[in-house]
Amino acid sequence: MKAHLSRRYLFSASHRLHSEAMSEEENQLTYGKCNNPYGHGHNYTVEVTVSGPVDKATGMVCNLPDLDRFIEREVLARYGHENLNTIKEFITEVPTTENLCIQIYEIVQRGFHHAHLERVRLEETMMNSFEYAGKSEPLR
Amino acid sequence: MVYLTRKAEFSASHYYHNPDFSPEENRRIFGKCNNPNGHGHNYTLEVTVKGEVDPRSGFVVDLKQLKEVMHREVLDAMDHRFLNKEVPEFAHQIPTTENIAIAIWQRLAAKLDRAKLYRVRVYETPDLFVDFYGEA
Repeated sequence: MKAHLSRRYLFSASHRLHSEAMSEEENQLTYGKCNNPYGHGHNYTVEVTVSGPVDKATGMVCNLPDLDRFIEREVLARYGHENLNTIKEFITEVPTTENLCIQIYEIVQRGFHHAHLERVRLEETMMNSFEYAGKSEPLR
Repeated sequence: MVYLTRKAEFSASHYYHNPDFSPEENRRIFGKCNNPNGHGHNYTLEVTVKGEVDPRSGFVVDLKQLKEVMHREVLDAMDHRFLNKEVPEFAHQIPTTENIAIAIWQRLAAKLDRAKLYRVRVYETPDLFVDFYGEA
């Protein structure tokens, strides 16, 4: 039997949305207050969904401490209490929540092998969230 | 096609233990969930059914009937129970959230006549949930 398991994690970070490809006016127009020069912060919630057969002996898709340790080491330690614009992947790319969601998906996809990654959902505030399930995967 | 979701809550206790594992293995794999006297959660259940909207009633499913089936098949059996000891599915199967979702699916699927069961989601805590879509 195949089941999907989802786990939610919290981290806080700051960012500023500003594209070098645009003029000052265009940046203002596009990003509004997210373009304010000194940045601002959010409490992000990242929801990771993995899937796989439920192991007969353990009753589990994957052992949660394995997932927790991986996410804490590779995602929360990387982005938590940081200014996202100073992190390597966002030197050249705008740290929108869309791009951050894709980065987190890629990190988990590359490094976590105890279960199949279905999707990453990232909430920037209670009112907005973004989901990414890989290049060609439809969202479920 | 329209999807309709109904929520319910139940509280239950459980513990994780596989008699085929040694005591050390049980502790290593299941951690504090292996404590033999059990521990409890407030579970939230979300049942999603799908179907066409009936042109006469405007319903995908009769919500009263869905609620009644969820209560009879799931809540009456699991709410305020020790899952390992009181729910037959878990006499020989570990009551992980994965297995609870599967057991709930199996209890509901046969009892819903008009609408088709699409997903069973079980939250063990607000930060941990399992989806089961009836996949083999």
